[in-house]
Amino acid sequence: MPRPADPDPELQEDDNDDDEIMDDQEDGYTSSTTTSTVTWISWFCSLPGHEYFCEVTEDFIEDDFNLTGLNVMVPFWKEAMEMVMDIEPDEDAATKIPDVSIVESSAEMLYGLVHQRFILTRAGLQAMIDKYENNAFGVCPRVLCRSSTVVPCGRSDLPGLDTVKLYCPNCNDIYVPPSSRYQGVDGAFFGTTFAHLFFQSYRELAPAPFYKPPPPPSSTASSPSSNASAIEPASEAFVNPNPYGGQKRAEGAIYYPRIYGFKVSERAKSGPRMQWMRVRPESPEQLDRVDWRGHWIGEYSDDDDDDEDGGEMEMQDFDPDVTYEDDDDEEEEEEEEMQAEPPRASGSRRMVGAAGVVQSARTAPTAAGLRPPAPVKTQAINIPRIASSGQVRVVRQYIPAAA
Amino acid sequence: MFHRAVEEISTGSDSDYSRCWVSWFLSSKGNEYFCEVDEDFIVDRFNLTGLNSEVSNYNQALELITDNLDEDIQDDLRASLDVQARLLYGLIHARWIVTTRGLQKMLDKYKRVEFGRCPRVMCQQQPLLPVGLTDTPYQKSVKLYCGRCEDIYSPKSSRHAAIDGAYFGTTFPHLLFLIYPNLIPPKSGPPLDSASTMRNEPAEGGSRRRRNVRDEIQEAVAGDGADINTSSVALKVERYRPRIYGFQVNEVAKLQRWQEALRDRQVQRLEALEDR
Ligand SMILES: [Zn+2]
Ligand SMILES: [Zn+2]
Repeated sequence: MPRPADPDPELQEDDNDDDEIMDDQEDGYTSSTTTSTVTWISWFCSLPGHEYFCEVTEDFIEDDFNLTGLNVMVPFWKEAMEMVMDIEPDEDAATKIPDVSIVESSAEMLYGLVHQRFILTRAGLQAMIDKYENNAFGVCPRVLCRSSTVVPCGRSDLPGLDTVKLYCPNCNDIYVPPSSRYQGVDGAFFGTTFAHLFFQSYRELAPAPFYKPPPPPSSTASSPSSNASAIEPASEAFVNPNPYGGQKRAEGAIYYPRIYGFKVSERAKSGPRMQWMRVRPESPEQLDRVDWRGHWIGEYSDDDDDDEDGGEMEMQDFDPDVTYEDDDDEEEEEEEEMQAEPPRASGSRRMVGAAGVVQSARTAPTAAGLRPPAPVKTQAINIPRIASSGQVRVVRQYIPAAA
Repeated sequence: MFHRAVEEISTGSDSDYSRCWVSWFLSSKGNEYFCEVDEDFIVDRFNLTGLNSEVSNYNQALELITDNLDEDIQDDLRASLDVQARLLYGLIHARWIVTTRGLQKMLDKYKRVEFGRCPRVMCQQQPLLPVGLTDTPYQKSVKLYCGRCEDIYSPKSSRHAAIDGAYFGTTFPHLLFLIYPNLIPPKSGPPLDSASTMRNEPAEGGSRRRRNVRDEIQEAVAGDGADINTSSVALKVERYRPRIYGFQVNEVAKLQRWQEALRDRQVQRLEALEDR
């Protein structure tokens, strides 16, 4: 039976794409028409845009149990099944089929829905990790995820609702695939569960939820020993005390907008509002400070003052303000020079953080009390109140006068 | 090679003969993110202060950019001059796009979605802006900033990934939203793509000098967006929630709760600031 050509060749004419797929298309096309050795499944998986699919084993498809409920979702079930399994249709049955392209789309639907189930099995996960390791799924487009490898996912398990997306285990977010050739691929063919089952099954590939920035490079003296000490943190083995959690060191840096080298203050209207979404706590214990309802344990929302000070401190502590630059020397070193900052007060803050002295204090509920009280009035120019550790920010941040 | 774009000159620019090199540069593949720097900005040496130490053969590179280069120049020198001219144009560009007029030009490109759209699904195709991670050339390639999720992304195309981020600088997108707070994208719903949503734009400033920019910022901020309140916008953010057979993944859910508790504190903090 002749294979249908590329379902939508126009999809490839995307200027923004790097065109590496033309070969695939050529191969898939010719081999399917000239030789009959390629199975429908192999051919289907080799089509442009189908790079995320793995090959479902025939014995999985042949087991009726695995197909439970699918026959009501796929028109021309029998014919579609014959096509997928490379079974020559009966002579008389063939005449009943109105149009082979209908069966083809049924076969695609059938295969996709079976695929959704297959990749949740041990064999399917294995097939997908093989693809993962061959970089079939690409990397997270978010710069600070530093090329974390993504896996395909759907936003629905029902077909026809949304196209395939890519899930990044580092930022726990989903992205539109970089090439428009995936815009014709149904997300349900990967389903909502697979991506997360995958990273639960291969925990060594899943980043842990906490992130402790490596200690700052010895900025005081550029001694030759600084190189040696910079290597240390990387050689430390990483352990997540939660055995069911991610066992990989996370990429925890977050982005800080700057204007003329100064961080944009959150007090500006255009100031950062989204950093919380990418911040991680430094230690697993800190995660436990928020209960299942999303409230800070030991704090009451009515208790305004404590809450605010605590809140300010919390942000400061976890503020990769400190972490981004420090952990990120290759990325940021040059930028540091550009900033022409005054020899900074933040130096002391860093040291404290890095030395881990504050560590125990942070996890204690009374941590806020351990901070020196805010020298509120001495500071502010046009901002009425600045919390204790906010001093450092004032030096460094860009605050428009009117904000 | 600089004469390739000759046909375009007459249409491309108001200053009749001169924009030969610049039009060629702008029309080269991969240079789509650059806007045209006004000629009077380039010829005003004040704006170029300090660049002579960044660019070798500075004077000739500048002559090349302004199409005043001696015709008799050696071919091999010319080739190396071209590299220096690109560097020089890039560095001028970084300064230009943080002037009133330069911001306007980039804003026009932003409105036409010439920098692509955010790949984050929940950002609903929010248009992006180019940004550098450093202002020093030859360090980091250009990245794209999303005003909705406030994060940075790698360009999809490898030819954009090869453009130096210093040619856009670290400041540009943040200055844009500072000056035009009306353009800060909403945190939910479809993006404000269309030009009709742009309001209260500062008057066109011609080719103003860089030294005026800070004053302009003050004016713009004082006069603009007084009705805008972003204290609690983060509460509207849509997030992806990983699920296995419909159940949230334990550790991820815990992290997300922690992050949202942090968000709630920030909202409280900002609302408290507002009340004072
Ligand atoms: Zn990511
Ligand atoms: Zn975004």
